[in-house]
Amino acid sequence: MSALPTRRDEAWRYSDLAAVERAWPLPEPVRLDVPAGASERRSIVQDGDATVVDTLVAAVGAGASLALDILAMGGDFGRVAVEVTLAEGARLEVNGVVLADGTATREIVTSVTHAEPGAVSRQVVRSVLAGTATGSFLGKVAVTRGAQKTDAVQSVKALLLSRGATANAKPELEIFADDVKCAHGATVGELDANALFYLASRGVPYAEARALLTQAFIADALVGAPDLAERAAAWLRRVA
Amino acid sequence: MLAITDLHAAIDGKAILNGLTLSVGAGEVHAIMGPNGAGKSTLGYVLAGRAGYEVTGGSVTLDGAELLALDAHERAAAGLFLGLQYPVEIPGVSNLTFLRTALNAQRRARGEAEASGAEFMRLARAEADALGLSLEMLKRPVNVGFSGGEKKRNEMVQMAVLAPKLAVLDETDSGLDIDALRVVADGINRMRSPERATLLITHYQRLLDYVVPDRVHVLVAGRIVRSGGPELARELEASGYALDQAA
Repeated sequence: MSALPTRRDEAWRYSDLAAVERAWPLPEPVRLDVPAGASERRSIVQDGDATVVDTLVAAVGAGASLALDILAMGGDFGRVAVEVTLAEGARLEVNGVVLADGTATREIVTSVTHAEPGAVSRQVVRSVLAGTATGSFLGKVAVTRGAQKTDAVQSVKALLLSRGATANAKPELEIFADDVKCAHGATVGELDANALFYLASRGVPYAEARALLTQAFIADALVGAPDLAERAAAWLRRVA
Repeated sequence: MLAITDLHAAIDGKAILNGLTLSVGAGEVHAIMGPNGAGKSTLGYVLAGRAGYEVTGGSVTLDGAELLALDAHERAAAGLFLGLQYPVEIPGVSNLTFLRTALNAQRRARGEAEASGAEFMRLARAEADALGLSLEMLKRPVNVGFSGGEKKRNEMVQMAVLAPKLAVLDETDSGLDIDALRVVADGINRMRSPERATLLITHYQRLLDYVVPDRVHVLVAGRIVRSGGPELARELEASGYALDQAA
């Protein structure tokens, strides 16, 4: 990226642009090629206080698979941007968790292009937001003209622990083939008061009950990355 | 064991309990019956300390301890168990995790040693077996996809593992077919002991055919209007609550 993004750039519309400007220029994207038939698992973890922007540009070859585990829990502004192009029969998994409290703004932005037929993408993103933090997921799925039998699913859920927190979820589909399955679902909610009372009535203190329920909430997104799940759990025990 | 004195409580400023007085001795089973809206479920929630149920007067002691000064989780550690009419589903948390977290939280609060994994599993398996819930079901998320009867059995498993001093069972018989009712009633009867008190909150007499109470109380408009032996339940089944409501 050569020029500072503005609010008019779709992929930056919820970003903390003042923080981006302070951190300018942004680091170069990391490039990843997964050769045909290969299988790769990567994790991107953002921790600490500084503004941090990670960009990954990946190409997944025919029949290859890539799994990305993302934990965005650092930075006054933290952004993980992923651009992936899928060749024939390729498979992509994006497992993302956004945790933010205080005044932080954190986001995961994905752009997945099904460039050839028969590729599969699965994106699961869970956000837990406290204080007056903002957590966003922007997920674009593009299916090119020839990419028949594309199978793309996005599941996006956010949990607000306080009234001042904000969640943004913006799925975007751009489909130029006619024989595809593209599904997306997005929800924003709060902790279930009935479940909290149920746990309390069985003797579980409030803070422990909240930690347990929030860990359960993000569990779907980090089944394949137990070490990340443990880091997230430690954050939730502290913040939730 | 349980002493409720002149208890007043309100929800959103609306008085629901209006001077309820009741005591249940150790080893006793009491039943509270009453028409819809009498305050039966409210009593359970007030005893358990649910947010939104405001106590406006009176006192409650459990085995000598002031219950109303405690938070909900502290009341559980002090020996109170509330069996819910509608047990809550908790996706993502297994029954085993739920129950072990609860048991160990109570033990910590009482200054006791936590149960080891093996000790807990022995206990949970034994109680689940006795109530006809499989280990597979205990591994599933709390109450998710459980039938009405399975949810109530699960409440009984929780009660047995947590071994409270006082069990308050709110409409535990609602929504059960006759087989499930027998299993749940057996679960309650198994727990009867000289050290434990039980308060059955129920609309119908049916459960009381299987769990015979020492005392039956009629709750109308937030207070006990009549008390008697087990025969009172049969009488109410025949005559209804009209007389008590008119009084």
